[in-house]
Amino acid sequence: MRLREGQSWAAGMTLMGATQLAYAEVDGRYNLQTPATGIAQQMYDMHTLMLWICLIIFVLVFGVMFYSVFAHRKSRGAVAAQFHESTTVEILWTIIPVFILLGMAWPATKTILELKDTSNPDITIKATGYQWKWGYDYLKGQGEGVHFVSALSTPREQIEGKAPKGPNYLLEVDKPLVVPVGKKIRILTTANDVIHAWWVPAFGVKQDAIPGFIHDTWFRADKEGVYRGNCAELCGRDHGFMPIEVHVVSAEAYAAWVDEQKKLMAAAADDPNKVWTMEELKARGEQVYSANCAACHQANGKGLPPAFPALDGSKIANGPVGDHLNIVLNGKTGTSMASFKQLSDTEIAAVITYERNAWGNATGTVVQPADVRTVRSNKTAALPAQPVKSGHAG
Amino acid sequence: MSSISHDHAHGHGHDDHGHHPTGLMRWITTTNHKDIGTMYLIFAFTMFIVGGLLAWGIRAELMYPGMQLWDPERFNSFTTMHGLIMVFGAIMPAFVGFANWQIPLMIGASDMAFARMNNWSFWLLPVAAILLVTSFFLPGGAPAAGWTLYAPLSVQQGMSMDFTIFAIHIMGASSIMGSINIIVTILNMRAPGMTLMKMPLFVWTWLITAYLLIAVMPVLAGAVTMILTDRHFGTSFFNAAGGGDPVLYQHVFCFFGHPEVYIMILPAFGIISQIIPTFARKPLFGYASMVYATASIAILSFIVWAHHMFVVGMPAAGLLFFMYATMLIAVPTGVKVFNWVATMWRGSMTFETPMLFAVGFIFVFTMGGFTGLICAIMPIDIQIQDTYYVVAHFHYVLVAGSLFALFAGTYYWLPKWTGHMYSETLGKLHFWASIIFFNITFFPMHFLGLAGMPRRIPDYATQFADFNFIASIGAFGFGLSQLIFLIAVVKCAKGGPKATAQVWEGADGLEWTVPSPAPYHTFEEPPHVK
Repeated sequence: MRLREGQSWAAGMTLMGATQLAYAEVDGRYNLQTPATGIAQQMYDMHTLMLWICLIIFVLVFGVMFYSVFAHRKSRGAVAAQFHESTTVEILWTIIPVFILLGMAWPATKTILELKDTSNPDITIKATGYQWKWGYDYLKGQGEGVHFVSALSTPREQIEGKAPKGPNYLLEVDKPLVVPVGKKIRILTTANDVIHAWWVPAFGVKQDAIPGFIHDTWFRADKEGVYRGNCAELCGRDHGFMPIEVHVVSAEAYAAWVDEQKKLMAAAADDPNKVWTMEELKARGEQVYSANCAACHQANGKGLPPAFPALDGSKIANGPVGDHLNIVLNGKTGTSMASFKQLSDTEIAAVITYERNAWGNATGTVVQPADVRTVRSNKTAALPAQPVKSGHAG
Repeated sequence: MSSISHDHAHGHGHDDHGHHPTGLMRWITTTNHKDIGTMYLIFAFTMFIVGGLLAWGIRAELMYPGMQLWDPERFNSFTTMHGLIMVFGAIMPAFVGFANWQIPLMIGASDMAFARMNNWSFWLLPVAAILLVTSFFLPGGAPAAGWTLYAPLSVQQGMSMDFTIFAIHIMGASSIMGSINIIVTILNMRAPGMTLMKMPLFVWTWLITAYLLIAVMPVLAGAVTMILTDRHFGTSFFNAAGGGDPVLYQHVFCFFGHPEVYIMILPAFGIISQIIPTFARKPLFGYASMVYATASIAILSFIVWAHHMFVVGMPAAGLLFFMYATMLIAVPTGVKVFNWVATMWRGSMTFETPMLFAVGFIFVFTMGGFTGLICAIMPIDIQIQDTYYVVAHFHYVLVAGSLFALFAGTYYWLPKWTGHMYSETLGKLHFWASIIFFNITFFPMHFLGLAGMPRRIPDYATQFADFNFIASIGAFGFGLSQLIFLIAVVKCAKGGPKATAQVWEGADGLEWTVPSPAPYHTFEEPPHVK
């Protein structure tokens, strides 16, 4: 077993080749997912090598132990020897494991140095964790300026067992991350509220997203395809429901996608000075509500008290609009109510109007994007004391 | 030196010691190490049942994909409380119970050094447990931030988090007092002639564990206190907007967390090191190297904490240091396993229940050791950190490690405690049911983790359904198996064949020189060890 470093590594690779065949059919059930990047491949091979080393030690140690268990029994007339010390043996079984560990540490060290090298990326994307979805901003490289939010798209009925579960149950999103094949993609991670972790197993990438800090990681996908992952750090109620979906596409398809996104963004950009009617705001607000608020406060506004209070009939949704704006913009410390300042002025105006005029709430309040902008720019001062009763109500 | 057995269960007085109170007051006011040891063990088993019911709640939800039973927030509170209760309520107090019963008996001391403090350190625990368990009934439900209470999620929680923080403070105080007591007892009250290097290994492992506890429980208290002040007093230890850093919490917590792992396993090593020689009828192989290995593991445990944080975003130098240091732990741990196997080698073995659990321990714990080594390789850890692979790994070392050692120790010393032999049939049934259901529960979790199932999620992608179903069946079976243990122990406490003082043919040590059951007061005259 005491092969030299290069030899043992080569031996491991040969063994690995054999096992890869064996695992081919059951891939994804019993082993790490099929690697799609060089780093993930190194991790896969290292794991296989480790398994073989552990298996050999396992067989040796437990071979001895179980032989002893069967042979050295009192019922078989075994008489106990009285030896209880041997410095030679002790030194031997201290030194040999050290060498085995050195053999394991060598390839791991090389991979660590490689995976920490985030320099010279082709495209840099910031992934921001929100409770409970991911926001993506294309910061540098082709596609710069594209940004969107990506949330679970599995319907509630499937989760609650009222509809059959789809093939990508809990691993599908409304807007996947799209990247070109063969390019070095650097992912910056951060978070808005609590710690999340951005994890795509096939890329061998898992990086905590920490509020207030930016960390980075990278991948270069070798094959086109759809790759799926999850948030990997407990982040509250819907931690299990914020998947990651990455589409790796050809350079041409990527360029086309970027164009399409730019056009979509231009079309969807709300004119911040537009004055909306109540009906428009309510319709838009309902979409914003189901994407951002319904997980806790529920689609029917009844919430899940006491952790997640009802909005239907609540003091906030029926009281001064300034307090309502304040809690949506800034969250409430000590509770799960996070800040939603990442939403646009229009979205916030819409969702507040919706909440104040849906279910049993009938305040008649209409909040315009301009109102939200005023509050935002004044941070502490000048929250409107009076409900904003706008005359544009439909 | 053996004294006469008294009928203390009925509270009769003792010539030299006046009378002691009867009924409930006996237990509330007792300063006797055996009474306190018994109370620790009963407390630990009760909490084990509570933690086990929570585990059933978790496995019931995970049996099928989709949300069936609990709201996700409630599910998260189950995983959080399962962890807190099992670690602080079940495993740690159980080992302290063993320390109370056995350390004075094994070193020939008449009691623990600080008898009144011993009473106090026990009676703090039910208070802490009540704080923990009642948090389920507070507005917002029990804490749902995971047992690690990572900030800022723990800062978001409702008032139950404050209850939990105070419970941790109280349990920490209890542990520190218990540890001081154990250290002072071992260092000052050994029988004449018992030098440090003649102490039974169980005593050695507890001595080292007690130092670990004193070193790290204040660190945990500091970590949760910072959460408390962040929550209520406007500090920003873990809030970047105020100049803090959420990762600071992880460093402080894990600086407690990793030694904590060894706090829960070193006394288990001690128990196994008592049992294997007894049933192999052969002295422990490499006594001195066992002591050095234990001390090495304890020292290494202080410099490996960040291996829990490999994906937090550390620089390469940090990753390499913590990976190398972590891998080194395999060396002393390996030495221990080799020594146990060498002790068994050419022995004359019998397989009563304690030995079955001990051999089962070595076998299954070592599998947990292998997966630990795999987790230590940082590039592989990227793929398995925060997945079911890790869940499988730490249950292999904590259930098959610590818990099986506790069972082994219970069966081993139960005749000494009760004066009766337990039923071998029930004991063996308990062992086989436990080890089979244990593996049905946790072995499939390795596959789940490798294939990419994150931990702490109430619902999962459909390709994970089969293994989750198997794991749930295993968990129900494992839970029910523990009823066999309860029956076996209660039956043994009530009656059964009389146990001799020696109990086991191959047993060696001072505790086997006093009658069974061990009299209320033992070693009032210290024995002489040659």
